[in-house]
Parts: sequence; structure tokens; C-alpha cells
Amino acid sequence: MISYLGRRIIQSILILLGISLITFALLYLLPADPVRQIAGRSATPATVESIRRQLGLDQPFLVQYGRYLWSLLQGDLGRSYIQRSEVSQLIVARLPATLLLMLGAIVFELLIGLTMGIVAAVRRGTRTDQSLMVVSFIGVSAPQFVVGLLLLYVFAVKLGWFPIGGYGTFSHLVLPALTVAVMSSGWYARMMRSSMIDVLRQDYIRTARAKGLARATVLLRHALPNAILPIIAMIGIDIGILMGGIVVVESVFGWPGIGQLVWQAIQRVDIPIIMGVTLVSALAIVLGNLLADIIAPLIDPRIKLR
Amino acid sequence: MKTYLASTVAVAALAFGLSAASAQVVPDPDAKNGGSIIITYKDDVATLDPAIGYDWQNWSMIKSLFDGLMDYEPGTTNLVPDLAESYTISEDGQTFTFKLRAGVKFHNGREMTAEDVKYSIDRVVNPQTQSPGQGFFASIKGYDEAAEGKADGVSGITVIDPLTVQFELTRPDATFLHVMAINFSHVVPKEEVEKHGPDFGKNPVGTGAFKLGEWALGQRVVFEKNADYWNKGLPHLDAITFEIGQEPIVALLRLQKGEIDIPGDGIPPAKFQEVMNDPEQKARVVEGGQLHTGYVTMNVNIPPFDNVKVRQAVNMAINKERIVQLINNRAVPANQPLPPSMPGYAKDYQGYAYDAEKAKALLTEAGVGDGFETDLYVMNTDPNPRIAQGIQQDLAAIGIKANIQALAQANVIAAGGEKEGAPMIWSGGMAWIADFPDPSNFYGPILGCGGAVPGGWNWSWYCNADLDKKAEEADSIVDPAKAEERNEMWSDIYVKIMEDAPWAPVFNEQRFTMKSTRMGGGDNLYVDPVHIPVNYDHVYVNDVQ
Repeated sequence: MISYLGRRIIQSILILLGISLITFALLYLLPADPVRQIAGRSATPATVESIRRQLGLDQPFLVQYGRYLWSLLQGDLGRSYIQRSEVSQLIVARLPATLLLMLGAIVFELLIGLTMGIVAAVRRGTRTDQSLMVVSFIGVSAPQFVVGLLLLYVFAVKLGWFPIGGYGTFSHLVLPALTVAVMSSGWYARMMRSSMIDVLRQDYIRTARAKGLARATVLLRHALPNAILPIIAMIGIDIGILMGGIVVVESVFGWPGIGQLVWQAIQRVDIPIIMGVTLVSALAIVLGNLLADIIAPLIDPRIKLR
Repeated sequence: MKTYLASTVAVAALAFGLSAASAQVVPDPDAKNGGSIIITYKDDVATLDPAIGYDWQNWSMIKSLFDGLMDYEPGTTNLVPDLAESYTISEDGQTFTFKLRAGVKFHNGREMTAEDVKYSIDRVVNPQTQSPGQGFFASIKGYDEAAEGKADGVSGITVIDPLTVQFELTRPDATFLHVMAINFSHVVPKEEVEKHGPDFGKNPVGTGAFKLGEWALGQRVVFEKNADYWNKGLPHLDAITFEIGQEPIVALLRLQKGEIDIPGDGIPPAKFQEVMNDPEQKARVVEGGQLHTGYVTMNVNIPPFDNVKVRQAVNMAINKERIVQLINNRAVPANQPLPPSMPGYAKDYQGYAYDAEKAKALLTEAGVGDGFETDLYVMNTDPNPRIAQGIQQDLAAIGIKANIQALAQANVIAAGGEKEGAPMIWSGGMAWIADFPDPSNFYGPILGCGGAVPGGWNWSWYCNADLDKKAEEADSIVDPAKAEERNEMWSDIYVKIMEDAPWAPVFNEQRFTMKSTRMGGGDNLYVDPVHIPVNYDHVYVNDVQ
């Protein structure tokens, strides 16, 4: 276990290094010039060059990347080109919002997805099953922008049950979290269904039923703990996807998370912010996977980490 | 030395082709005081440091937190003294002396002096500040040394006494009073800048009508009334909350529900017709001109655009009326670089009328009668690709096959700044909006030789040394009494440019500001040429007292 963890941590660090190198290289190759964004349209070429020199952007790629890594090792993500504030400060200020939205989304998608999956599995082959799978398919395919605006229009504008965008209270959280959940719950429903069907076919389930146990008991006590294993691994991966993928939802609902931050930074070629958010998201994905690996054997003793 | 003093301002304003101005901005006596409003924006407020902020969102927010020596009468382009009480201009137009108002205090309680004025401009010119406004001060003596970091400050700025500051210029500069009104020359207190360093932009302290109350990153910025503001009676509002991260469409829904007062990003294009067709909503929309021109640049280095006839043909081929319809009439057709509300606009100039036949004939004369293939660069956000398609169709009608290259803004700007990078660019989304209401502002960087350099903004790479000389001549007419003459010189320059046709001007965007029913004050405050979206210091609400 310990040696396994050690190996995984070293792997994770290598992955993060690789991601930082690739992102840095892609941003370096971008035809857009960040210095021109900082200097604005009235700047003389002399001003532009002076800013370029001060930011070290006149240096060769490897020198720039080396400097970035060196600062990174000291926990310094640099300062935003446009805002001039420390990137770490900007991310930290927005991280709670993203984490909250992520948590809300995971709760919703598990509630919706697992319920749909279990019902579909139990009623396999029936109309209920088929219509649930169609619904999950629509959920997976619908663009988040559309779902978000639709929910916003119906529940906030027309019915007035929730505020139109913003951040702060639980009622602010419901619609954006639900929007994210609509998509992923479709995945969870499909995953849960097939996993549940597999488990329900097992001998021990038939035994349990034969013993005369109630159907619900068999389902929730005997089948669910086994069927849910693949879901747990999925949550780990999901954390990463959510971390980087709720840009659209954050925009629609005016949710002050890091997705919104990076979206604005991309438009302004604010490279330190793009790098910072990418690394934090990558870290979340790596940690999420690691977490899933660590939790799996705790739930299922058959899994051994080597 | 000729003395103009405060009375000159009226003369200056008249001569600049504008209505008479008072020596100081006077608050509207009918305005109600108190209450607060909510304004929404999609993007974060980048910074509130006057030396750094240079986007249309923070531009007018900074104007409410800070003051400069000069300002404009609300809702107009008339210059009036602000932190200055009066000023004198030497006869040769190279020395400007400003007498400061006594008793003006920064938000931290300290009194503002001439030293602060000098410090603030020295700071912008200092290369370490990395200010986008550095170049505006190039006419001050000692600028080069200071801008290269070889001198500690700009030697041409002298503090004569605590309430008098003098600027010596290397050449007469008719735009200098405007430069003293732009944000980059707004006055900051040294001790606060040094205390916060690069974070001053998040902790702004100025002399303005409002002071910063709260800043919750990514969520909201709150401005509170500065009770000690030198211009008593201003501002009218007790507080303004800027809510950040709101999509324009969401902002409109919230406005309709009465939750907010002004959607800062305007009416979303997709909803524009709907709003304008509803009398109740339309009544809350204020329309006005803007110091903006949308144009197609043609790179004179890339054949066949090196031939003036081809460029003229493009001018005649574009059906501007139809393009304006494409954007729901949110603009008016243009025939010259200057927008109609800019002093120096050539009212009698007709431009190139839409005439596809004549355009074809010109192409034949130029030896490309069979047409040719070229690239039209455009920023990839709506409505710009749609507009580019309209232009593409018009060009196809005379045999020019223009392939649309829709790219991110920064990439289009990069292509335009290369000598042979982009044959044609539609300027939408990156178009020139004046820094200050003076005709010269549409020339230097975008049509003059100085901008036709790698990384410059003169995307047509048009360089006419003769016109550069004329421009310099016009700008050396500092005497406000001769401003009309100067404006006419500028008119001539732009008409001459149109003969060479490096641009095809397409339209001037109109502004449409939507507000809640409780907002009060004249319509001109909501389409103020210098303050976008509104003049925060002067607007008020009706539901107080």
C-alpha cells in the first residue's frame, strides 16, 4: 500500500510537470502577444519592448519555462498580466465557490443518477427502463448552456422559485448545481444500471431472495454495495472533470468560480492565470483519481493495491 | 505670456466647436440625493489603478474614484478644469501652468498637492509601472529619459508651489488639455501606492466623488459616496454596487424583474429587437452617438491593395445600409474615419457612394477586372463574423473572393501588426474608440506613419509623410481661439486620407443604455461620450426623500 502510494505520488508529480510543460508550450506558441494586451493600443513600440523585457518574455522558451517552474516550486504562481494581482490570491478567492458548486453537483448527480440507474436496472426491459435511458441520453447530450438557460427561465424567471444567477445562499446553488448534474447524472444512471444488472444476476442475490428477504433489503443491502463500486471510481474522475469543465455553467449563472476566472483570462491572453488554473485543475484530477484508488480497497476488500 | 485663466475655458470650448462651458462642473439642482443602484457586468473589474486600467469597463469607474487636472462637462465633450482651478498657456503653446484647487483631500484624509500631480505622471511614465498610457505624455520635456528609465522623473514637470504645477513641452501640443483629462493623468497619493505596490489597483485611493467600499473578487465591487468630495453636492448616490459575472442576457432578465438598475454590458444583440419593439421597455433605453468607427482596413503592402483604385473599388462595393441592418440598426453608415460627434467631422464630405458598377470599372482599370482572391480577417465573436459575411457578399458581387478568417481578438491584432500579415481586416470588436474627444486621436496610431510599424495598430500600413507633417502642424495650434481652424485642418487630413482610401469606413456604432424606471437625470448622462455606460457621479434615483 505504502509503496503503491509512493509510486502513484511520483507518477502524479510527473503528470503535473508534463501538463505544465505542454500548457506553457501551447501558450508560448500562441500567435497572440500578451504584451500587446498589457500595453494597449496607444503604446509605442518602445513601451511594448520595455514591458516585454521586464516580464522576461523576450527570453527563449526554456529560460521562461525554467523561471516559471522555479517560482512554482516556491509556491509562486506569478502575477496576472492584466489585473496585476497574485494569481494564487485570485484562485484562492474563487476556489470555495467552485468547490461548493462541485459538491452540490455531485450530490445532485448521485441522487438523480443512482435512483434512475437502480430503477432502470430493476425494471430492465420495460417501458420505464427505456424511457429512463432516453432521458439520461438527452441529459448527457444537451448542451449545458441550453440546460442552464432553460432552468433559469423556468424556475427563476417564470416561477420565481430561485434567484436569477448570483452567489451566496443555498437557493443560489440549486440551479447551477442541477445544470451540471443533468449531464453527469445521465452517465451515472447508465453506469449504475449496467453495474446493477450484473450484480442482480449473481448467485448470492438469488440466494438472498430465496431465503425470503424483502426485495428492497436485497436490493439496498446486498446488491447496492457491490454495484456501487465502479461509481466510486467515477466520482474521483468526475471531480477533475467538474473542476475544469464548469466554465459554461459558471458563466451562465454568474458563479464566481475558477472556471469564470480562466474563461476571462483566455480572452485577455492573461497567461499566468491560465497556467495557474490549469495546474490547479490538473492537481484536482490527479488527486481525485488517487483518492478513488485509495477508497476502493476500503470499500471492497477484494481490491488490493500493489 | 498670454493669460487665459478660467474664462478661457469657455472660449476654448467654443473654439473647439462645442457649446460654452462653465469653469466648474455644477451639480444638477433638481437631482435627488441618496439611495444606491446596482450595475451588472460579465467580466471581472481588472484593476482600478488609473495608471493601468484601460478597458471601457474600468475607464469610467476610475473616473469616479480619481480626478485629473481637467475633466469634461457631464454628458458633453466640453473641457472644464477639475482639480485645477485655472490654467495658463504660454504664447508659444509649450508651457502649461495649472493652479490647483485648495483643500482637496484624498480618501485617506491627506490634502492633495502639486507634488502628487507630478508624482502621478512621473509614475505613469516610469517604465517599471508598465502603464499602457505612457506614450500620452511624450510631448513633455524629459519624457524620453524618464520613459527609458534613465531619469527619476519627467524633468519638464515642475512643482512651483504646493498649489501650482507647470508642464514644459518639447512642441506645442493642442491636445495637452485632453491629456490632462484622461485617466492616466489622474492624481494618486504616493504613500498609498507605495504601501500597496502592484496591488494598488485593488486598493485604490483617490480624490474622486466615490471611494472604494468593498471588493469581493469575482462577485462585486461597491463604491461609497465620498462625503468629503471637493465639489459639494456630488455625487448624488450614496453607493453603487457593481455585480460581476452576470451574462448580459441574465442581466436583462433581472432588469425586467426590477432587481438591477443598469446592465453595464448593454442589451444583448439577440434581445435587442424584442426590447425595442416593446414600448414599455423601449422607453427605458437611451440612444446616443459614440466616438467609434467600424472600418475595413486594406493593407497597402499587399497587392492588389497597393493600387488605390482597388481600394476605392472596395469602398464603393460595400453596401453600408445593409450592413447596418444586419446589426438591427445599432449603427449609422460612415463615410470617413471620424465619427459624426467628433469635432472636425467633415459634414459636407460625401464619401464613396455604394455603386457596384463603378467599382467593377475601377477594378478593370486597375488590371484586376477578372477579380482576385484575398483574406478578410475578423474577430470571432458575434456580430462580427456576420458582418464579415455581408462584406464578403458585397465583394463577391464585384468579383473579389474574400475568404473569412475568423480568429480570436488577440490573433487578429497580431496579424494586423505584421507588415504583410492581413490583406483586409474588419475592425469590429477591436475598432478605434477615441481616448479623448479630439480629431487627432483617430490619426497617429491607426492612420499615421508612427502606427505603421510591426506590432502597431495601423493595419492598412498606410503612411503618408505629407499628411504626417500636416497633422503635426495642426496639433501645434494651441491657441484655443484658433481651434476652429485646427479642426478644419484635421477635416482636410481625413478627406485626403479617403482619397487614398486605405480604409473602407462602414459604420459608427450607436450606444443604447438601458436603465431601471427609478433612475433620474438627463438622457445625456446615460450616453455620456466619456463615461461608459453612464456618468456615475451625476446620475441619481427618484425614489428617495
